[in-house]
Amino acid sequence: MAKKASETEVRPVVSSLGTPVKCFYGPEDLPDFDYKEKLGDPGEYPFTRGVYPTMYRSALWTMRQYSGQSTPDSTNERFKYLLKNGQTGLSLAFDLPTQIGLDSDMPLAEDDVGKLGVAVDSLDDFERIFDGIALDQISTSFTINATAPIILAMYVLVGKKQGVEPSKLRGTIQNDILKEYIARGTWIFPPEPSIKLVGDLVEYCNKEIPRFNAISVSGTHILEYGANTMQSVALAISIAEVYIREVLKRGSHIDQIAPLFSFHLPIGGRDFNFFENIARLRAGRRYWARLMKEKYGAQDKRSLQFRFSTGGMGGGLTAEQPLNNIVRATIYAMAAVFSGTRSLNLACYDEVYAIPSDLAIRTSLRVQQILAFETGVADVVDPLGGSYYVEKLTDEMEAKIAETIADIDKDGGIVKMIESGAIQRELARQSYAIQKKISSGEKVLVGVNKFRVKEEERDLEIYKTDPETINRQLQRLKAVKAGRDREKVAGALQRLEAAAGRGDNLIPYLFEPLTQKATVGEIIDTLKKVYGTFKEPTTV
Amino acid sequence: METKKTIRVLIAKIGLDGHDVGAKVLIFWLRDQGMEVIYTGLRQSVEQVVEVAIQEAVDVIGVSILSGSHVSIARRLIQRIRERELDDVLLLFGGTIPKDDIAVLKQIGVRGVFPSHAKLEEISTFIKENVKQPGE
Repeated sequence: MAKKASETEVRPVVSSLGTPVKCFYGPEDLPDFDYKEKLGDPGEYPFTRGVYPTMYRSALWTMRQYSGQSTPDSTNERFKYLLKNGQTGLSLAFDLPTQIGLDSDMPLAEDDVGKLGVAVDSLDDFERIFDGIALDQISTSFTINATAPIILAMYVLVGKKQGVEPSKLRGTIQNDILKEYIARGTWIFPPEPSIKLVGDLVEYCNKEIPRFNAISVSGTHILEYGANTMQSVALAISIAEVYIREVLKRGSHIDQIAPLFSFHLPIGGRDFNFFENIARLRAGRRYWARLMKEKYGAQDKRSLQFRFSTGGMGGGLTAEQPLNNIVRATIYAMAAVFSGTRSLNLACYDEVYAIPSDLAIRTSLRVQQILAFETGVADVVDPLGGSYYVEKLTDEMEAKIAETIADIDKDGGIVKMIESGAIQRELARQSYAIQKKISSGEKVLVGVNKFRVKEEERDLEIYKTDPETINRQLQRLKAVKAGRDREKVAGALQRLEAAAGRGDNLIPYLFEPLTQKATVGEIIDTLKKVYGTFKEPTTV
Repeated sequence: METKKTIRVLIAKIGLDGHDVGAKVLIFWLRDQGMEVIYTGLRQSVEQVVEVAIQEAVDVIGVSILSGSHVSIARRLIQRIRERELDDVLLLFGGTIPKDDIAVLKQIGVRGVFPSHAKLEEISTFIKENVKQPGE
């Protein structure tokens, strides 16, 4: 049969897995496709179609925008503003000193106090952040890792002060230290004691705060670091297994702890592909369900459910023609909804320049609300299920996730690869490869290497940190320190140090120092005496 | 043909910001352009960076900051560079830097400022054009 000339010229497409992409898919791409084995109904094993049977028909995803302003008082104001605008959960960002256990008045901290989030030096700051916000009425997500045990203990104490029992607290704490060594750099201690602390928090939540997600294993930063969309899921699962083994060895049963695990996974990024993003999350659900059941012997349905929130990634947003970023974020949000996300925070159009302005945050929230209420995309669970292409891609992604995790285990495990810097090097190399494709124009970024305008004249209104922040924070810290009983602080820190030395679960030992207004920096310095500090591999 | 000396570059992370993949991507690129590149690792102080720059006799210091602390760090770094008489070193900043701050950084003595989406070629070209070659 003669073909038209136009039909012989087909643009070649290769997936991020390196496999050629056909022009269309059909039944021959899914031989022996068994609905029950591969998909199952939503809410049924292996949960490919979703972890719950009715999904957004029963409850929409949580619309959560990441926020944290310079000081506790301004954060409190922003929280109240977001709640008033219909946001249904809070998400708290911390400044870098708080994330790595430095007080605002410590050397090295001065440039970063209140810059990327709120500064928390003592319980006093935490009480201000949640002033007038009833903790039994909201759920809060904390992006915190190395100092996560301290932050969780503070939340418990603020709740108690409000008369809210720990068992009523809802939210998620990131508590995923391993990806910090790979991608974000807010480590303090070496991996081994850090993994132990992750385990402490999971174990404590299991017993005392069962409605709290004690861990949110995060693939987002790994993607920003250069991982492809499949690897962002595979590495997160590999890291989750390290924590699971840590808690299992303390005698917990898998069905006690697996339900406490949730994931925060990326949507979007520089190398975004709509269908691949959806397929690998569906694949992640199926892989996790089988992993928990077959490898760990989990039986509780909740252990088998791969529950994730998604983050629409800032990495794919551009400085050029920034309003285009609203369009990008909208498409990321659609992919997240088609993937069955339980919660979504969306990057804002001005994020390339600074932390988002009020208008930018509200616009990201509106994108989500428009999708939820105006478009019908939330009406049917897993609407792409059964698509020849999406199912084929889901199979490919699942196979590759399994292969990637097996390779890591063969190389001695993810912890060893982090300590040697092997993972960091590989991902940075991949990031370089993507960057070169953008530079050469092989990978199109609209407004950046194609469809450029001379110079975007529109000036964005950018959020600026108040330069007085640090002084206010320092004054408050001084006042807190002046009002303490020094001997009680020292005694509480000694008991904490002794508990760390014995290898006890540390969470219960944090309440006394915090109540005595010991600072985050003092607590971390105490623990450094026992745990030491991480030596970063700097070979690039 | 005159022989040009190999350009030596120090890529530094100053302060607490842990986002270093951009710095690493730039390191790969500059090496591919024939430069020698040293990386400090995370959480360096201004003083540490200046000492490494002296020891390694670098032509360029490139500071990567995505945490919004670029202006205050630049001020202290430039003061230290002057104290240690390193004025010939080409000082560059890169990262999440709003437009208004680019002018501020240049005014206080940063020679080149490259926001996150700057092209790799722009940076290497700028370095080649601005590093003094012997006899210049």
